[in-house]
Amino acid sequence: MNEKKLNSFFIKRFGPTWGFVLSECTKSILTALWFMLFTLPLVVVKVNTINRTITWRWNYVVFLGIATFILSFMWRYFIRKRDARAGSERRQINLALFHDPKYMYPSMGIIFVIFAVFPFVGSLYQVTVLSTALIYVMLGVGLNVVVGLGGMLNLGYVAFYAVGAYTYALLNVNFGLGFWISLPIAALISTLFGLILSLPVLRLRGDYLAIVTLAFGEITRLVLENFGVLTQGPSGIRSIARPGFLGMHLKLQQASIYMYLIILGMTVLTLFIVYRLENSRIGRAWQALREDEIASKAMGINISMTKLTSFALGATWAGFAGVLFAAKTTFINPASFTLWESIVILCFVVLGGMGSILGVTVAALILTVLPESLRAFSELRMLVYGVVLVLMMIFRPGGIVDMKKKHYNFNNNVQTKEA
Amino acid sequence: MVLEVKDVCRYFGGLKAVEKVSIMLNRKQIVALIGPNGAGKTTLFNCITGMYRATGGEIRVFPENSKPLRVEHLRPDQITSKGIARTFQNIRLFQNMTVLENVMVGRHCRLKSGIIGAVLRDRKTRAEEKRTVDESYSILKKIGLEKHVNDLAKNLPYGAQRRLEIARALATDPFILLLDEPAAGMNPHETGELNDLIVRLRDEENLSVLLIEHDMNLVMSLAENIYVMDYGELIATGTPAEISSNRKVIEAYLGEDLSAEA
Repeated sequence: MNEKKLNSFFIKRFGPTWGFVLSECTKSILTALWFMLFTLPLVVVKVNTINRTITWRWNYVVFLGIATFILSFMWRYFIRKRDARAGSERRQINLALFHDPKYMYPSMGIIFVIFAVFPFVGSLYQVTVLSTALIYVMLGVGLNVVVGLGGMLNLGYVAFYAVGAYTYALLNVNFGLGFWISLPIAALISTLFGLILSLPVLRLRGDYLAIVTLAFGEITRLVLENFGVLTQGPSGIRSIARPGFLGMHLKLQQASIYMYLIILGMTVLTLFIVYRLENSRIGRAWQALREDEIASKAMGINISMTKLTSFALGATWAGFAGVLFAAKTTFINPASFTLWESIVILCFVVLGGMGSILGVTVAALILTVLPESLRAFSELRMLVYGVVLVLMMIFRPGGIVDMKKKHYNFNNNVQTKEA
Repeated sequence: MVLEVKDVCRYFGGLKAVEKVSIMLNRKQIVALIGPNGAGKTTLFNCITGMYRATGGEIRVFPENSKPLRVEHLRPDQITSKGIARTFQNIRLFQNMTVLENVMVGRHCRLKSGIIGAVLRDRKTRAEEKRTVDESYSILKKIGLEKHVNDLAKNLPYGAQRRLEIARALATDPFILLLDEPAAGMNPHETGELNDLIVRLRDEENLSVLLIEHDMNLVMSLAENIYVMDYGELIATGTPAEISSNRKVIEAYLGEDLSAEA
């Protein structure tokens, strides 16, 4: 029987609400039955080739059937809910706390204070985890400039991260340069790599761009692995100096706290700068580029320069994050800069909401802290990532938090208030 | 004269999309470019605005207070900053940006603030930003879109999207406006409003308008001069009356009925 007939049959008999529930139930039962039938040989029959016995596990079929039924029914329920909502305005998570300037600064201040006080309360392990999470926030927000605002899919972002980390490591180990001097140098070199890569990228779009950046990421990693004379190959670079505090040598605990505070400061700086850029002439040009390249050209935007700045700026933040990462772990090797890292960072941007700074920040924090607290299920991590991504694409394609648009109020030709 | 297109050609391999087309546009004049689909009208627009590089020929613009310029070798964004703005046949708005932001992007080439200014948000940048918002708003008001300032462009009704395209083009401070089928998909009422709008823009903004259009009523009532293209070549030039009685144009494009009507 086809779906529409089934729907109308039930709705006619039992009214719209119960009819719907019953028809969906029936469909889910059918799905479950089919699933049970198809998996019957796999699930039920267990052949033991040594003892030459066959065990029949009929109870498994029942569990499988119930599970399939519940999942199928939930699926249908949420799809229906989504469709019912499609016509009307999409529901927004209430973010008045961050949108109204009256509350925005105090609430941000409170969050900052909580983060700043955290290392003096939490354990060393927790501080380390949070430091990592904040580095990912920086990376996510940096990539957001390229992907979320500029609309250029960059799958090799981790390469710039690696360039930053290795620059600091090499400068420190070979020439004894300190953290604070290396920080701008490494960022500059990352920017330079960004500029170099953006030259071929200027002519590419969409899939082709993704492939080129992916290749760039892999090439960087392979060079780091094989250029042993300089990078010490897969064994990596050990004993990179942590930043000293006024020339004092810090104990491990203190050093971690100090590092955490530096990372926090850099993260706040990143968020501030990207926020300001987003609502500026340059930020609007990036967004225009994301929306429509041809129209952007016609509106007098220099495409090449705009792409270049977006790409290079994204690379700069990756460079900063790389230095922080190298200084935090004191050991780096190419295994930290695989394609998987790039994809994880991209996940933050997509899940958080393309172009939404708040969304990307939240997604990066959750997706790095949560796996740590769920170590027991670490084998399922990949699976969960995949499922979450698919579900997000279906139910909230805009990400956790939609990109916030500046709201203008006008009164008789004069701009009265910005909110 | 504000725009002179002289013997412009554009070939795609062996296909001669535009072959030696010459067009002249005078100050505060409305000129129409008509012809069957695939005649090369949009390709000519793309050559003028720098989207395509012309295979041959010259394109000159004559700004009011400075020397004439050759523009056929410039990039699209440079040409826009010289004062030629355009709209697109298939609407090309920045869908996920607000109406005001769309217009503000149009102001881009008239603004100066860079990355450092944006981050520090110094007095100059803030002043520029505020001025941009006000100017953009007054453009929207002129076009009649002030109610939609904060709406996303993709949520606008069709006619409003078409008008927003014009508003965005106006934001670049042009003295030549190229409209590519501005009335496509509009109902007669909306077309009438568009007619008034174009006349108003010419009179109040001192714009010279070159438009591609299939709506013959609009063309006949607006245009002072009409150019007809077919198979990449110019087949006729003249006033609306001359064109509607031209044998060649009737055969190629208008057909017997419409010319009898007009």
